[in-house]
Amino acid sequence: MNLDLVMPEMFQLLVVAALFVQSAVRGRNDTGPRWLPVAAIIGVAVAASKLGAQGTLFAEAYRVDALSQFFKLAISLGFCVAVINAQSQPTLETEKRTDYFMMLGLSAWGLMLLASAAELITLYLALELSSYSLYALIPIRGKDKRAAEAAIKYIMFGAVVTAVALYGLSFIMASQHSTYIQALMGKAWSLSENPMAVVGLTMFLAGFFYKLALFPFHFWCPDVYEGTSNETAAYVATVPKLGAVVVLVRLSSVLTPGMEVTNILAILAALSMTLGNLTALVQRDVKRLLGYSSVSHAGYVMLGLVSGTAEGLSAATFYALVYLLMNLTCFYVLCRISGDGQNVTLTGLNGLHKRSPGLALVLAVAAFALVGLPPTAGFAGKLFLLASAWDHGYNWLVIVAVLNTAIAIYYYLNLVRHAYTEEAVEAPTAAVTGPQVAIGGILAACVLLLGVLPAPIYNLALTAGKALLP
Amino acid sequence: MADAGYPVLTSLIFMPLVASVVLFFIRQDGFVRGFTLVVGILECLLALPLFGYQPDGGYQFVEKAAWIPAWDITYHLGLDGLSLFMVMLTAALLPLCVLCSWTYIKIRIKEFHFCLLLMTSACVGVFTALDFVLFYIFWEAMLVPMYLLIAVWGGPERKYASIKFFLYTLAGSTLLLAAIVAFRTVGGTFDLTVLTGKTFSFQFQFWTFLAMALAFAVKVPMFPLHTWLPAAHVQAPSAGSVILAAVLLKMGTYGFLRLCLPLAPAASVYFAPMMIAISIASILYGGLIALGQKDIKKLVAYSSVAHMGFVTLGIFVFTQRGGDGAILQMLNHGITTGALFMLIGLIYERSHSREIAANQGLGKYMPAFLFFWGLFSMSSLAFPGTNSFVGEVLVLAGTFEVNNWAGFLAIPGAMLAAAYMLRLLQLVAWGEPSSFKKSWLDLNGREWIYLLPLAFLVFYIGFVPGPALRMISPSIKTVLTTVQDKNQALGYRQDMPLAECMKLEPAAKVADGAAAGVSLPGKERL
Repeated sequence: MNLDLVMPEMFQLLVVAALFVQSAVRGRNDTGPRWLPVAAIIGVAVAASKLGAQGTLFAEAYRVDALSQFFKLAISLGFCVAVINAQSQPTLETEKRTDYFMMLGLSAWGLMLLASAAELITLYLALELSSYSLYALIPIRGKDKRAAEAAIKYIMFGAVVTAVALYGLSFIMASQHSTYIQALMGKAWSLSENPMAVVGLTMFLAGFFYKLALFPFHFWCPDVYEGTSNETAAYVATVPKLGAVVVLVRLSSVLTPGMEVTNILAILAALSMTLGNLTALVQRDVKRLLGYSSVSHAGYVMLGLVSGTAEGLSAATFYALVYLLMNLTCFYVLCRISGDGQNVTLTGLNGLHKRSPGLALVLAVAAFALVGLPPTAGFAGKLFLLASAWDHGYNWLVIVAVLNTAIAIYYYLNLVRHAYTEEAVEAPTAAVTGPQVAIGGILAACVLLLGVLPAPIYNLALTAGKALLP
Repeated sequence: MADAGYPVLTSLIFMPLVASVVLFFIRQDGFVRGFTLVVGILECLLALPLFGYQPDGGYQFVEKAAWIPAWDITYHLGLDGLSLFMVMLTAALLPLCVLCSWTYIKIRIKEFHFCLLLMTSACVGVFTALDFVLFYIFWEAMLVPMYLLIAVWGGPERKYASIKFFLYTLAGSTLLLAAIVAFRTVGGTFDLTVLTGKTFSFQFQFWTFLAMALAFAVKVPMFPLHTWLPAAHVQAPSAGSVILAAVLLKMGTYGFLRLCLPLAPAASVYFAPMMIAISIASILYGGLIALGQKDIKKLVAYSSVAHMGFVTLGIFVFTQRGGDGAILQMLNHGITTGALFMLIGLIYERSHSREIAANQGLGKYMPAFLFFWGLFSMSSLAFPGTNSFVGEVLVLAGTFEVNNWAGFLAIPGAMLAAAYMLRLLQLVAWGEPSSFKKSWLDLNGREWIYLLPLAFLVFYIGFVPGPALRMISPSIKTVLTTVQDKNQALGYRQDMPLAECMKLEPAAKVADGAAAGVSLPGKERL
């Protein structure tokens, strides 16, 4: 076994193990892992250094290729930001910190494995590995009952959808006699030739739609974001979505436009965008608003998957990274505004430009990126998605997507409007320090930079897409 | 081919951007104003080489660099007669706007000038971009600073006005993005210079024209889509109104000329009667509504709707005179209405009201103000000898060449302009003095400085329109011949029924011709 291939995963596992040891040795006297941000940054560097790795392990069930390495970099980046973001979580007791980060790391590790899984059973196991630690993370919010409720919802939903996905997996195995994605690519996937396989694939995909919060598997999403602590929400809203996208990108290499499964994907995408955006319009809690916004973004990602081209897959890949960055930036600002760990409402943003002009600017950049306004990364990502989907049988979906921008602008603009034009009624609560604003500034700068000069990163995604669909 | 020895257009776009970053490191407010003023003057100096434009109808000062090679998106800039004066106007307005907000803006001064600088570079970008994606990026990028200008420094209703402005313009341009993507797939490139050389099927033109026209019609704004404009104008700070009127509205008409006509020529001709009808409706409606306004700024805003109606009319009659007049009118409206908004701003600083009733009878007390007010009012109603007269006459002449009825219907618009502007002038100059106080001084030196250049241009273009027209004409000619040639190649005639038009396909199929250049993997798997 070539250890060099799996360096990012090994490093992440090492971090998790170190956290486990620290938690076990120090027990109740533990003051939390202060070294973790540094380790997470090194993790990003390790993942970046292994971008070019190629190879297969475990009888080809585990595939290290451009796609998996791209996503491992994105996951380690997301983990790093989430760790920095959660450094001084107000609703987390000090002695629980190490455990908290251990589970966070374990979840990220599971997602990394997911990125490389090229066989359905491996894929399923990796998915569960990343989910189980999340089930434990979500209720950790002081003694908040809403968090417990959110966790139960997440588990119940997760369990049901997992059962459905497993049931679908059995259909695929029975009808296609293989669980290797590579082997499945050459098989027939139309309803007339192989109805059982189509039903099975649809059900199997449902498991990942749940992770991605695609309509109609999105009901957990706003509730969980609202219930769990701001910092956990920042992680749940972003990094696990990467895992879902990477699997969908891999699986959709078996799809071509016009197939029944692809049509279902396209219809779900359209519904997801429209319903997500319409529901977000009436939200007052910013985390719920972002929850519904992520439902609509799940729909946008589907644009790249239904086109059945390398460009489409790479556009979806690129968009996943962009989505991670913009959402983390947005959540980062929320976590800083809410000094005591309470949820932030729209009115809570009032007068932000007076309290902290820097954070207000960062929030504005993130919000405009989520709309897809140039010159932010959100625009570049959306442009690639739209351009890849046109003329592959789903032009109507492109039209639906651009029209959705017009709906979405209202509630994203609302964030900016509250921050810039409304005056704060009560006295400001959280004091934001200079370095905190600086980190937000770096995130916002990344969002802008990825929008102005997307070529280098997009080329990485394009290599990944071309490797899947030559 | 003009060449200044350095990338003129890039410097015009990026100099304000760099300056806006530098602004963050300046602490004193006075220094911020001074710095931005210097940047504005520098911007004008950088624009001087543009006078070297050789009127040959083609693109000059072209710059091209690879940007996102995977999608063939290039950083492609260029200038021709359609955009030349718009770029110059944008550059010239920057220092004037700084001067006219010198005392008007009292809060968050640094952020205000930051937004002004961003606006300038985005506006120059829109007028010079020759890549469809680059165009769209600048087109949308200018929304955010303009939104902030209205939302933060605006009047009492600023929240409503700024949201309305943002929603209207963004919703209008969403379909433009779909059209851009469609052109990429069918035409094989985002490069406008290449795309304009291709002929597309009528059906494709039909839908893309509608998508593009919606975006541009909102921006112009044309009659039923104009409601955001009075709200935005009334609430925006003085400099915001100036840029909005002088530059932003022109992006819509520029878009028609640069994109709709050459890219969808058959559809443009097909829809021309409708566009002419809407233009005339804008002229008459804007004029009639302006007649009844009590708020000076609202009056000028509605007059903008009417004036921009003349521009779109000039574009869609498809004659040389009409096109020349349209571009000249774009420039004139920028100068005249920009100056009127500056004047409204400076009188608002004195009276703190935009009501006509609160600003009456100033003729006796503020002669210098009234000189400028009268001059720009006359220019606004297209009095002979002023700049607007030349533009409007050209547009009307072009219209009469094509259709007498359209011409006759537009004439009352010109009369309405006289009615509402003279009524306003009469009240402001000779009305019963209402709230005048001794403390309202006549124009000071700073105010003279920013009004004089515009006053000079009013007369200069009014008496000597030749040099400007010589720059414009060849490019209009290029556009018109492109339209004609491509329609001929497509076999499109104006009297064809729609069902027959829809069957028109270009002789050499564009999609196939382009397929060699673009790889569309997955197509073979269909």
